[in-house]
Amino acid sequence: MKSKSKYLIIGNSVAAVAAVSGIRQIDESGEITLVSREPHHTYSRPLITYLLGGKVTEEQMAYRPADWYEKSNVNALLGTEITRVNPDEHTVETADGETLGYEKLLIATGGTPIVPGNVAGTDAAGVFTFTTWDDAKAIEAYIAEHGVESAVVVGGGLIGLKSVEALIELGIQTTVVELAETMLSASFDRTASELAQRRLAEEGVQVRTSTTTEEILAQEGRVVAAKLTDGETIPCGLVIFAIGVLPATEIVEGTDIEIDRGIVVDDRMRTSVEDVYAAGDVAQARELICGEKRCIAIFPNAFRQGDVAGRNMAGGDASFEGGLVMNSVTVVDVPTISVGVTEPLDDSYETMVQLDEDAYTYRKIVLHDGRIVGAVFVGDIERAGIITGLIREGLDVSNFRDMLISRDFGLIQLPTEYRRRVISGTGTRA
Amino acid sequence: MKRIIIHEEYCIGCGLCEVHCIVKHSRTGKIIRAFKEERDQIVPGVQVERDGYESFALQCRHCDDAVCIEACMTGAMHRDPETGAVLCDTDRCVGCWMCIMVCPAGAIQQGADGTVASKCDACTDEEIPVCVANCPNEALVLEDEE
Amino acid sequence: MPNWLIEPDFVVERDPDRCIQCEVCVRQCANEAHEFDEELQEVFTDSTRCVGCHRCASLCPTDAISIRPAELEFRPNENWSAQAIRNIYKQSEQGGVLLTGMGNPEPLPIYWDRMLLNASQVTNPSIDPLREPMELLTHIGSKPQRLEFSGGETPQLETTLGPQLELHVPVMFSAMSYGSISYNASEALARAANEVGTYANTGEGGLHEDLRQYAGRMIVQVASGRFGVDVDYLNSGAAVEIKIGQGAKPGIGGHLPGEKVSADISATRMIPEGTDALSPAPHHDIYSIEDLRQLIYAIKEATRYRKPVGVKIAAVHHVAAIASGCVRAGADFVAIDGYRGGTGAAPTMIRNNVGIPIEFALAAVDSRLREEGIRQDAGLIVAGSFRCAADVVKAIALGADACYIGTAALVAMGCHVCQKCYTGRCNWGIATQDPYLTRRLNPNIATRRLVNLLESWAHEIQEIMGGMGINAIESLRGNRDHLRGVNLTDRELNVLGIQMAGE
Ligand SMILES: Cc1cc2nc3c(=O)[nH]c(=O)nc-3n(C[C@H](O)[C@H](O)[C@H](O)COP(=O)(O)OP(=O)(O)OC[C@H]3O[C@@H](n4cnc5c(N)ncnc54)[C@H](O)[C@@H]3O)c2cc1C
Repeated sequence: MKSKSKYLIIGNSVAAVAAVSGIRQIDESGEITLVSREPHHTYSRPLITYLLGGKVTEEQMAYRPADWYEKSNVNALLGTEITRVNPDEHTVETADGETLGYEKLLIATGGTPIVPGNVAGTDAAGVFTFTTWDDAKAIEAYIAEHGVESAVVVGGGLIGLKSVEALIELGIQTTVVELAETMLSASFDRTASELAQRRLAEEGVQVRTSTTTEEILAQEGRVVAAKLTDGETIPCGLVIFAIGVLPATEIVEGTDIEIDRGIVVDDRMRTSVEDVYAAGDVAQARELICGEKRCIAIFPNAFRQGDVAGRNMAGGDASFEGGLVMNSVTVVDVPTISVGVTEPLDDSYETMVQLDEDAYTYRKIVLHDGRIVGAVFVGDIERAGIITGLIREGLDVSNFRDMLISRDFGLIQLPTEYRRRVISGTGTRA
Repeated sequence: MKRIIIHEEYCIGCGLCEVHCIVKHSRTGKIIRAFKEERDQIVPGVQVERDGYESFALQCRHCDDAVCIEACMTGAMHRDPETGAVLCDTDRCVGCWMCIMVCPAGAIQQGADGTVASKCDACTDEEIPVCVANCPNEALVLEDEE
Repeated sequence: MPNWLIEPDFVVERDPDRCIQCEVCVRQCANEAHEFDEELQEVFTDSTRCVGCHRCASLCPTDAISIRPAELEFRPNENWSAQAIRNIYKQSEQGGVLLTGMGNPEPLPIYWDRMLLNASQVTNPSIDPLREPMELLTHIGSKPQRLEFSGGETPQLETTLGPQLELHVPVMFSAMSYGSISYNASEALARAANEVGTYANTGEGGLHEDLRQYAGRMIVQVASGRFGVDVDYLNSGAAVEIKIGQGAKPGIGGHLPGEKVSADISATRMIPEGTDALSPAPHHDIYSIEDLRQLIYAIKEATRYRKPVGVKIAAVHHVAAIASGCVRAGADFVAIDGYRGGTGAAPTMIRNNVGIPIEFALAAVDSRLREEGIRQDAGLIVAGSFRCAADVVKAIALGADACYIGTAALVAMGCHVCQKCYTGRCNWGIATQDPYLTRRLNPNIATRRLVNLLESWAHEIQEIMGGMGINAIESLRGNRDHLRGVNLTDRELNVLGIQMAGE
């Protein structure tokens, strides 16, 4: 065995970075080794679409400054893939056959993009997934090399929409193919989805809902069209699959570490096996509102879990207060935010709605048991965080619920004790 | 760190904090020019909330557990190591509004041109933040806090 | 019917080159003189609503607002002045008594300005107060005629002294009730009195529960309405003052309208919420000096003779005889309020025409009590528009033990003497109970300003005394030789008991 670190972190993204800072809050000197398959300095994953769209430069991709590893006293092994975790031996194996030892291990391997197995022709050139920097570079190179003018994005979710944004920037005629009845169905309600779709249509983006790709048609090994299940064929020079990610759990499969959808963790981010922690998109942790363990592949979640894991690995006592689904996406020029439960699950839920279709503004608040459990904001997103805070806090809003939906709703309408705490700035986490 | 404490019972809702914040963050720093030339280009980092006779001026609380830093996907939102202030590096901000989504105080805004986040920068280059210095009723005060 | 006969008192001018449309003025004017036109995105001003309080001009960040008296001139007429004409317009329009606030603004003589102070030259040395002790300590209460000692070698004081107020500055805050002024203003006065070592006065509105902590430096007042008076109240203060009269409105009572009797005020005054607080013109149990004596001794009994009990009267004709009666009735101090004394609300005709100048009242009372050999039996406090340290020094030389300041204290807190206290819409948050306005007075700031004021007056008093070669305020008291008159007739000099300048 080459070495044994006090802390070994697999991953180099949000969860990993947060874990390093979490550890360093408590343990300033304990040896940290960080291993990443990707060769890049830690970068902001969501920025890859901006990179493709030319809205950020490569320098701007850095999630932390260039001297971050050094300053945080981290031994970073970039471009190194881990193939296996051996919890019993407290070791991991690299693709190069090396063995690394650890006292505490964090698995922060994120997600792996899904390519549907039942679609023929996905091995053609010009078919991509889009979750890494290298994907962005590859797509960019392909577009340049082949003069791509039209594209099909499969999947109308968050990553799909972000891909579309980049393609619009590049002037590529884009069609979105979405299996559900509306785009962004996972996070939006119908009204918000329709607003988004309308705005996209105005920009010349075709959105095909309730259908998906059946086959990718290629000529000379290169994609030329996508054939849909509804029979239509859409000519295109590029296909991006953006139908979601699966937790990247391969390296622990077959060990005692419990995997459900993702790696199952408790509120301290511990897996079922001692000294092994997991955080971020790979982890399956408690969700705040329903209390069940779920995979919530979003950035703030990954940060929070990484931080909690790091602190606990270093002997601290941090607890994850539960994940909350939330997204902030700008559709062309319309900002949107969605948090928590955006459609009532049954009759016991109530909603409050304010809509101005022409102005592309929409606000919706979903209540259950006197508490806010979800919200959607389209167009006017100012102060959305106050609602998010109330959801997190689980505060009973019955006494002032009618104000929540008003445009000039603010902290001042909230109960004095709660707003004093928020205003104090000393900590808002429940 | 030094923190701006809000004594809401003394806020008179005048809005002078907003005025001086705009001036401070204007190109010229001159009040009349700032308003005549740049009023639409500056979103004040402090905003007065009013409800009936109650009011208070709210700027970023520079929280100890700043959720905006956690949610920021570019690393633009960061804590200034020297002053402890939570700052947004607008060169790195891409306007994804994750910070607006999570700020429980609602104290982060979209900048005037809608491309980057705008928030209180704690006037780190001033001895006393201008909103505090110009509050006529000491509803905003700077206090040392452990 | 439009009020076309009612004209604006002021013209508000807005410099369009300086106005930045920030709306601070709009938000600050409780009289709604400024309005923001959403459509035009511009602030407009209705001068008829302006009361000249300067709140907007003071807070305007670009000094874009100036306020000047409305220049609309009537044909010049010394008899039918603009004010006289306007008053008639107002009364014939609205009916009823003309109301006003603050003290008498009429151009009647201010005798302080006709008295000048002395200073040492050559034959007696002046004293530098920065280098040598300069005693301002003042005791108010009944002093014994003579002191008796026993014990020969190590003398022991045998005389028992009556209860005394102890002032580090011979200036106290005069009676301003919670109700006429805001809670924050009351708190600031109480706290400042504590910090400086002088006294604030509850006025006739009782003492708010939260202010009891400061009561050791407060005089509690008992007035004809007996608001908030119970035995705990009497015992909570440092002294008790029976209010018979007030300089701004001698002979009449008071009226706090029910709208202002909030839950807090109702608890403090011990009357039902929302009911009018009516102070009768007389105390219905006092029709003679003997009756007054009964009340004084009732209070002394209730406070076990531990607190000085005094009487406040307005300066009116025969004030000397009245004051003498008060002293003989057992008052440990007499407070005299002159015709320029302030008020939260008074009928204009009364305020401007009833009473006599405090300077004459003081001189007359002090002389009379001395003549009668009872000056030591009571402290003498004077009130009614003390504007500066020199006024205080002159009053003490004329015979006072200490002064009360009301308006000066309010001005220190931001009052611009706009005389609209009676409307309850004080833009400075002082004479109002409107929660939107009361928060404008931060008691921390107000306390600081009041303390600064008293401390600076104390320094000035010390400096003036030093110049006279006097190192203790006791030596100045009643020392009329240090005063000389200018612009005064023989009769005036006579009543004041001072010599003409040059004599
Ligand atoms: C295009 C795009 C846009 C997005 N936009 C948003 C958004 O707007 N808001 C939002 O909340 N979320 C967004 N997300 C999701 C967000 O990026 C993820 O939630 C977040 O990156 C998860 O972080 P993580 O640290 O768990 O894992 P990841 O970011 O997935 O990082 C995994 C890390 O592990 C390394 N790794 C994986 N396997 C191995 C191995 N076997 N050996 C060694 N190293 C390995 C990888 O190299 C990488 O460094 C977006 C994602 C994408 C792809």
